[in-house]
Amino acid sequence: MIPAIGLALGIIIGLLLQPAVPLWLQPYLPIAVIAALDAVFGAVRAILDGIFDDKVFVVSFLSNVVVAAFIVFLGDKLGVGAQLSTGVVVVLGVRIFSNVAAIRRHLFNA
Amino acid sequence: MTTPPADPRPADQGPADPRPAADPQRAWRRLLRAGSPRRTRANALAMLLAGALGFAIIAQVRQTSIEGLDNLREDELVRIFAGVDQNGDRLTEEIRGLESSLARLRSQSTNEAEAQRAARQRLDALGILAGTAPATGPGIVLTISDPDRKVTGTVMLDVIQELRDAGAEAIQVGDARVVANTWFTKTPEGIGVSGTQERPPYVVKAIGDANTLAGALEIPGGVSATIRSLGGSTDTTIEDRVDVDALLSLTPPQYARPVPTSTP
Repeated sequence: MIPAIGLALGIIIGLLLQPAVPLWLQPYLPIAVIAALDAVFGAVRAILDGIFDDKVFVVSFLSNVVVAAFIVFLGDKLGVGAQLSTGVVVVLGVRIFSNVAAIRRHLFNA
Repeated sequence: MTTPPADPRPADQGPADPRPAADPQRAWRRLLRAGSPRRTRANALAMLLAGALGFAIIAQVRQTSIEGLDNLREDELVRIFAGVDQNGDRLTEEIRGLESSLARLRSQSTNEAEAQRAARQRLDALGILAGTAPATGPGIVLTISDPDRKVTGTVMLDVIQELRDAGAEAIQVGDARVVANTWFTKTPEGIGVSGTQERPPYVVKAIGDANTLAGALEIPGGVSATIRSLGGSTDTTIEDRVDVDALLSLTPPQYARPVPTSTP
């Protein structure tokens, strides 16, 4: 509930402020957002699995974001930026899907 | 089942019931309990992170919408270029087609205007010739007085012939229009003009070059002399404006048919 309110607040503030993404951040932000979403779904699944820990959630959130950004940065430097970022997006997508499936099984037994 | 992305479970720090819920109801309850507003460190942190996430989502969405061409990859640029090229070609074709349509319609309308004008001219000329349209113009008014009623149809025909020879374009005798198939007969009371009875004095109106017409009537040995020899007299006046407004109705020929010609 409270995190959901936090999300809504963040969205509203974003719509009001209309922020411009700084140039150095522009390549990393999309991947970071997907990684953060993965952490959030993972947290919801952990709640349903009964193993949720807030410290774990924070650490996983931040580490997901940092690792994703780092992989994109490394790929750009190595010249395989497009492929690596595609790979990262695919993997994060797979994890999001599996977490959502687990949540669904918990909530709807289906 | 894959391990959740959260790091390995520290069982001692979880909520009271570490086992996964076996049925949906417990799962919902668990979710609700986790979602109920409580002032805990977990909730505060989660709210902070969720707020950052929402903010970042909006920022990225806006960034994508205003992004120009400079951040795209090469293959995307090539794709966009090919699409623009195709569009350009298609539009050029369309322009060409529309321009040729416009030219065709323009020439059509001028041709139509031309054809209409030519048709109207023809209609006017034929109307005057056939006697179905009134005519006006400079000409003469010839008054033939015939006290002894000696003027015959032949004499009248001679008058008409002289006038035509002198270039008369429209002629009427009294109230009868004179056209190609007009015939004159002598009647006890005067002269019949295509069946219309005319009595002396005969007023002949003719449109044409007035001087030529008047001159033609007065040539020595011409129609004026003939009429005078029959006891009548002629009086010609030159007018700037003569109205030949006697009209005939057009009757389609019964026997004569036009020879078919190829239409233009």
